[in-house]
Amino acid sequence: MRYINQPIRKKDAMELVQGKPLFLDDLARPDSLIVKLLRSPHANAMIEDIKLDTALKVPGIEAIYTYKDVPTNRFTLAGQTYPEPSPYDRQILDQHVRFVGDPVAIVAGETEEAVNKALKLIKVNYQVLPAILDFHTAKDNEILVHPEENWRSLAPVGADNKRNLCASDTDGQGDIDNVLSECDIVIDHVYHTKANQQAMMEPFGTACYIDAYGRLNVFSSTQIVFHARRIISNALGIPKSKIRVTKPRIGGGFGAKQTAVSEIYPAFVTWMTKKPSKIIFTREESQIASSPRHEMEVHVKVGAMKNGKIRGIDIYTLSNTGAYGEHGPTTVGLSGHKSIPLYRDLDAYRFTYDVVYTNVMSAGAYRGYGATQGIFAVESAVNELAMKLQMDPVKLRELNMVREGDTMPAYYGETANSCALDRCLNRAKEMIGWDEKFPCKDLGNGKVRSVGMSLAMQGSGISGVDVGSATIKMNDDGIYTLLFGAADMGTGCDTTLAQIAAECLCCDLDDITVLGADTDSSPYDSGSYASSTAYVTGKAVELACTKLIQQLKEYAAPILESDCETLEFDGKQIYNPTTNASISLVDIATSSMCGNSKALEVTVSHSSEVSPPPFMVGMVEIELDKETGAFDILDYVAVVDSGTPLNPNLVRVQTEGGLAQGIGMAMTEELQYSDKGMLRNNSFMQYKIPSRLDVGKIRVELESSYEQTGPFGAKSIGEIVINTPSPALAHAVANATGVWVRELPITSEKIIMGMLEQEKLS
Amino acid sequence: MLTIKNYVKAKSLAEAYELNQKRTNRILGGMLWMKMSNASIQTAIDLSGLGLDTIEETEDTFSIGCMVSLRQLEEHHALNTYTSGAIAESVKSIVGVQFRNLATVGGSIFGRFGFSDILTMFLALDTQVELYHGGIIPLSEFVTMPRDNDILVRLIVKKVSLTSSYLSHRKSKTDFPVIACAVSYFNGSYRAVIGARPQRAVLIEVPNEILTADTKEKNAELFADYVASQVTTGSNMRASAEYRLHLTKVLSKRGYLQVVQLQQTGGNMA
Amino acid sequence: MILSLTLNGKQIQEDVSSDLLLIDFLRAHGCYSVKRGCETSNCGLCTVFMNDKPILSCSVLALRADGSRIDTLEGLQKEAAEFGAFIADQGAEQCGFCNPGTIMNAIALFRENPDPSDDEIKEYLAGNLCRCSGYEGQLRGMKAFLQYKKEASK
Repeated sequence: MRYINQPIRKKDAMELVQGKPLFLDDLARPDSLIVKLLRSPHANAMIEDIKLDTALKVPGIEAIYTYKDVPTNRFTLAGQTYPEPSPYDRQILDQHVRFVGDPVAIVAGETEEAVNKALKLIKVNYQVLPAILDFHTAKDNEILVHPEENWRSLAPVGADNKRNLCASDTDGQGDIDNVLSECDIVIDHVYHTKANQQAMMEPFGTACYIDAYGRLNVFSSTQIVFHARRIISNALGIPKSKIRVTKPRIGGGFGAKQTAVSEIYPAFVTWMTKKPSKIIFTREESQIASSPRHEMEVHVKVGAMKNGKIRGIDIYTLSNTGAYGEHGPTTVGLSGHKSIPLYRDLDAYRFTYDVVYTNVMSAGAYRGYGATQGIFAVESAVNELAMKLQMDPVKLRELNMVREGDTMPAYYGETANSCALDRCLNRAKEMIGWDEKFPCKDLGNGKVRSVGMSLAMQGSGISGVDVGSATIKMNDDGIYTLLFGAADMGTGCDTTLAQIAAECLCCDLDDITVLGADTDSSPYDSGSYASSTAYVTGKAVELACTKLIQQLKEYAAPILESDCETLEFDGKQIYNPTTNASISLVDIATSSMCGNSKALEVTVSHSSEVSPPPFMVGMVEIELDKETGAFDILDYVAVVDSGTPLNPNLVRVQTEGGLAQGIGMAMTEELQYSDKGMLRNNSFMQYKIPSRLDVGKIRVELESSYEQTGPFGAKSIGEIVINTPSPALAHAVANATGVWVRELPITSEKIIMGMLEQEKLS
Repeated sequence: MLTIKNYVKAKSLAEAYELNQKRTNRILGGMLWMKMSNASIQTAIDLSGLGLDTIEETEDTFSIGCMVSLRQLEEHHALNTYTSGAIAESVKSIVGVQFRNLATVGGSIFGRFGFSDILTMFLALDTQVELYHGGIIPLSEFVTMPRDNDILVRLIVKKVSLTSSYLSHRKSKTDFPVIACAVSYFNGSYRAVIGARPQRAVLIEVPNEILTADTKEKNAELFADYVASQVTTGSNMRASAEYRLHLTKVLSKRGYLQVVQLQQTGGNMA
Repeated sequence: MILSLTLNGKQIQEDVSSDLLLIDFLRAHGCYSVKRGCETSNCGLCTVFMNDKPILSCSVLALRADGSRIDTLEGLQKEAAEFGAFIADQGAEQCGFCNPGTIMNAIALFRENPDPSDDEIKEYLAGNLCRCSGYEGQLRGMKAFLQYKKEASK
């Protein structure tokens, strides 16, 4: 293959490394009004009165809007396919503010200075209400986060705003209670994962202007141009025909930008004033009022026999969606549906959940999307099971893990048609030297070295829902333009999708021009999330290219006086192998622009009925200081089956990046609220994402399977990579100390306190 | 958001002092902390034109100008030889090189911040502070003084026969310390400075009488127990008081052992 | 107040307000490579050279640069392209938002220490955060670049 499975440089790489102005704030019109938000200092309050008169007098202030000025219809900011599972529970501005940071007023002015001044001069009286800050107490609490009558849930997800329920459901197979009662051993623990910020380097930002047709143009750092168009239409109450959404280069997303966090504010300002405007979130705003990972408490019961056979898994997940329900009903599902299926031949399983509203910032989509939380719980429980059974956890996995050809009842009954998990496990074990290092080695100087492991899976797109489309057209000289609605947020999909096209069309990569994510010109795409782009949109590209070749043959047939079926395409020409008649693509392209009435252009939409899971194994070796509890990562090895890697460089870097993010989640990152609901981790000073000194050594290998339904055998890579660090590190810590840290992050303090507790007991 | 009406690059300390007497005026250090505040400053006073950005070594002192950057401290050979690398160790975890190129010794010490590695380190040395108006006073005295409108001109570190070490515990490598611990020996006695308790650093002089054991390991335990008994720790989002006390013991024990080791080898750990 | 400095080799004089930060001055002068990623001097995205030293332009008053030489990636395009190509060959530029700051600081390191060890690289660049790459690909790119420079100078 010329381009598939090749480490091609990203098409935009050289411009990026030279620091060219390619991002939102580099490209926003310089005459944009500056938009900023006044935010609530209270976790739950009703606005009694807002005084704007002095603020409006500040020179340069264009407009100030409050809840009195905005439409009263409710909507969700979640970027999801309509009808969204997330409840319609928001207004642009609301009289009822539900978390510290909830917007109270939108201020637009000519300069930042003027806007800052006006923000200080707005006087608000609040009726402060009691707030729900502990998510254990949310369900059926007498305090209601959403008491309003016009709250709506569009999908049957078990939501009930009068019970603070954003979603609730149960699923299962077999008699789990009976199976667990028959097991020799049942591990029964609660695992608690915290809310984390995606913390992409570029904060949220959106710029708007009115175009020549009087339409609202929304230029935004977003993963979801089409959903954003619907969300803005819902929020502003204006027709979608009046809205265009496009994106520049995106400075990282990780799911954060799958929610329309910043779009509606400048959109409202520009629609009202007809003037260009922009909002650039500060890091503080990106921390306190955005779309972090759902905090979850996962209660796992794993039942097994003495010989290590796992017979049943029972999960109850309590998920904290915060003040609004973005992605609440869907993330929680993955905590069971993408953890339980790692284990085969279960006699029974049960998966139950509640998603509750509280008065903290709304959660959202974050890489891993619930699977990360569920896998921390299930993989920790299985590691605990191994320790209880005194069995090597690798052997326990070999005995129980899912294999190619297995059906996965807890994964919507899908079959694992491509699964190299066994090979991943073998290779990871070799790479880290598991057999020599498990479980630990005391170095005799107060330090101990130990290893830990975890399996992981994810999906590739949302089966039967996600749509990817590609338009491919031939231009002058036989070059092509490839249009799609997926958003490259740094992952490189502009390049990998072009690789697929270049492979299919047997041409140079430079002959494929890509144009991504513009609601006016791109064919429909659900957006870049749910690990869908390579698998779903990639397949659409492959199909579109195949169809274009057919179209070119049909075009050439009369010219070459041949039947279409006899013609061949080699990337340079269409020819008839028996008559040797041929016409070059250049000539086809040229002739197509003169007296021609057949478009050399194809659009294909694609959706998949299955969502083939990528699989991976992560293993870690740490060195732990038994006196302080501090530990360093010496070596993190990961072996991934993402099907055919379309671009091994990009697959590798995705993996390394996801592991580092997962290491941050495992070791330092958590959102901590004061007893008044104020987020303490409101900056990079107080929310510590890993620096290059924190991640240790990361080594990645790819162990491919071939997925028939994917483009050239590819599955997804984007999300799975964040799932292994938390359980693997918790396992390594337990192997070093005997202490199981079941609440993230795994801090040295928790380890030491656990060790002191153990000493006391023994 | 920080606002500044006027900016003055002072031509003399006298001018700077004069300006600084107004409550709404402020001396600029590295500005890293000030920048994050919401202060409205009438006149910002910049000392960077006064040649206070050098470290001068004489026979019996190091004189460290208030505008010396943390990076200069880190790279200063003589200072690090003198402290067995403890000074470099005390600053190397502070965010990054670019940050340390900006942050100043004067700003770090004058702020008397609870989390300060610099304050913890210099308290373990025989350090004096030269104030423009208040003259030369021991750093240990300066630490307890209320904030006023004087100007910290330089630190004067007396050269004595010194052994010193610096240790800290952090949740991530470039975070604030959860606990910081400098241990030193000079003028015939050991001292430990515990910083980031999370309150401001405290100096504990450890009486020689308590170090009665026959091995350095046992003495280290006695040393650590004594230090821990003299220190009050608190809780914040980074750690609990209990864990900080635990770390105080561990790090002061290790610091003591490092110092004793250095005394025995007479060598330089760095 | 009048600020006078040399930006990427060009002399500039301008009347600026006392609290203008250097980053905002630079972006207003077309240096869009200088990015803002935080307000707390933690991310390293805004790294520029002031008299050859890497500093955080978000944390310096523009007036403090009076009389200084300021260099941004706009003034180092050849070096950026030469070195950046090695990052690109790993796919480690990813979203690209942290690249200018990281590349500036890496150039500063290579000027100070043309043959750094892995640990020296990690320590020098600890103040340059990246959320995409996990840092390994950047390290591979830097090592490949240093190797290339070594061979070129033979």
